[in-house]
Amino acid sequence: MDILGKRKIWYIVSSIVIGIGLVFLLINGLNFGIDFIGGTIMEFAVEENVGTEDVRAVLQRIGIAEDANIQETDQDGLRGIMIRGQALDSDEIVAVEEAVRDEFQNVEMLRTDMVGPTIGQELRINALLAMLVASIAIVAYISFRFEFRFAAVSIITLMHDVLITIGIFAILGREVNTPFVAALLTIVGYSINDTIVIFDRIRENMKLMHKVPFIEQANSAVVDTLPRSINTSITTLVAILAIYFFGGASLQTFMLALFIGMFAGTYSSIFVASPLLVTWQNRISK
Amino acid sequence: MRYKQKRRIKFIIILAIIAFSLFLFLHYGINLGLDLQGGAQITLQAQPTEDREIDDSVMAGIVGVIERRVNQLGLSEPLIQREGSDRILVELPAVDNPNQAIETIGRTAMLTFRNDDGDVLMSGEAVRDARADHDQYGRAVVSFTLTSEGSDRFANITREYMGRRIGIYLDDEQLTNPTVQAVIEERGQITGYDSVQEAEEHAILIREGALPVPVEVIETRTVGPTLGSIAIQRSIIAGLIGLLIVGAYMIYYYRFPGVLAAGVLAIYGAMLMGTLAGLQAVLTLPGIAGLILSIGMAVDANIIIFERIKDEMKSGKTLRAAVDSGFKRAYITILDANVTTIITALILAYFTSGTVRGFAVTLGIGIVVSMFTAFFVTRNVIDIFTGSKLMQAEKAFGVRKG
Repeated sequence: MDILGKRKIWYIVSSIVIGIGLVFLLINGLNFGIDFIGGTIMEFAVEENVGTEDVRAVLQRIGIAEDANIQETDQDGLRGIMIRGQALDSDEIVAVEEAVRDEFQNVEMLRTDMVGPTIGQELRINALLAMLVASIAIVAYISFRFEFRFAAVSIITLMHDVLITIGIFAILGREVNTPFVAALLTIVGYSINDTIVIFDRIRENMKLMHKVPFIEQANSAVVDTLPRSINTSITTLVAILAIYFFGGASLQTFMLALFIGMFAGTYSSIFVASPLLVTWQNRISK
Repeated sequence: MRYKQKRRIKFIIILAIIAFSLFLFLHYGINLGLDLQGGAQITLQAQPTEDREIDDSVMAGIVGVIERRVNQLGLSEPLIQREGSDRILVELPAVDNPNQAIETIGRTAMLTFRNDDGDVLMSGEAVRDARADHDQYGRAVVSFTLTSEGSDRFANITREYMGRRIGIYLDDEQLTNPTVQAVIEERGQITGYDSVQEAEEHAILIREGALPVPVEVIETRTVGPTLGSIAIQRSIIAGLIGLLIVGAYMIYYYRFPGVLAAGVLAIYGAMLMGTLAGLQAVLTLPGIAGLILSIGMAVDANIIIFERIKDEMKSGKTLRAAVDSGFKRAYITILDANVTTIITALILAYFTSGTVRGFAVTLGIGIVVSMFTAFFVTRNVIDIFTGSKLMQAEKAFGVRKG
């Protein structure tokens, strides 16, 4: 099986997916949730007959969060109403809860999240910082265990996976919150993990098959580790899908990000990382 | 005979590990985060005023007042800790009215007595005690007593303002605005409450005193008990389904060694729970996701080992030799692959807080335990069964002829 010989095809595939994602990212941007931009979400379990307009009438009467976005929700068969608006003060939150309790019967407060604008800004900065520091630490470790070019290619590969995940979220317009940041960092870890297993085999082949050209050493490493790559990604993706479908609404965005990122990670470890090493090698030897 | 003895010792060690994990799990239990058991989490930021900057003594003062308020509200197992230079994190598990509790805890609660022009005549420092009570008409009130110095001052003030109004304010909220009808010395009442509970909240705030500087509530996360129990049920179901499918796939693909891998996975699950319980780590919803992810990595370690053994067998080695060299080669791969993930988990834990940190911590613990499982448990389980016929079967490890 000649995977590395066709590397131009894989580069084109990746470029197209990343390109489309970037276009959407530039035009639509990401749909940032309250964790990033600040705001309040209050969710109540209510009886069947309570609609969004009834809740809006209550908010208008007390004059708090009148322009809030109000949606119906479903938490495992529990009917809910979600109010989503700007960051409210503690006394305003209590006022909303009391007004909703007074107006309707059998109301239960499911959750209330309030994030001030400073927290959101910090999250963005800390997320970028964590990503940067993690990348530097990983480059250092791989340079120490392998060679610098392996480290450089791993970083390109993980940027590839992160860009694809962010791009697809921009295309889908799915809301991103703190769990999305955790998902991205997990993808970073997984992407590296996956790439290193193949690099480890290339390193071994460079010793065992030192007479053949680098492209053949690399190609046989990719092909030999293919069963592992496929089995691991199947088991991981299946576990993620199980949580996506059975784990409830609160985990879905997180799992979707993980699914896209890990799929991209498996693809890139086979079709991007080792081909880039070969391209790097060819450029140097010219 | 020596081989059989060794096998017996390995078997006993593995059983001991399982027993120890189960003991830790049953003895300490798993600490659930607020998103799973319900509760409230509040982040407060101290605001400097014109005459007070934020320093350690101010922060210690705020923490002290908040601790007393939380205790007076009768909330169990609260966690109150400083974060950074000017923040305080308060966690309240299993609180009945979380949003109300947050409002009470985060108030500056500066009590002032003011005249009609808004001039402050006396402040809450003159108050010695405050209790929720009923007045002679059965209405809910807050009864307060003044210090001796405060009594003298209040007597002078009420004498001066006889027939005029004195408002009592908590921060900018006017609690009552009575007309002074007699000289008041030691005791007074604040009326106008709908319930004793409402009066009790104010009594606590007045009794325990004001915060040295105002605080801003910059983040609150409140989860009702219902949503928490839904979340935990669903994630357990999802985790079990995930584990079952992964186990079934391993058995289908690797045959008898796959059965062993599924068994190792179950041991891994027990060890993971035992470690989390022993370390008293807090399990949050993203934390469960981290656990499931680390299960994926534990499976991966087994797959890497099996594929290596398979490669060695293909090159013509006997089973025992293939197992030996397969493990030796897989060690390095698993180590390098996992160290990078551990680096990521550590950095994530350092830069983030709250639920994401919970995720990073469980992922990190999960990976360390999975490496131990792969290097020690999988190795010994395979060794124990190397002699068995099932292991020697041609299709074991999914090796195909030709």
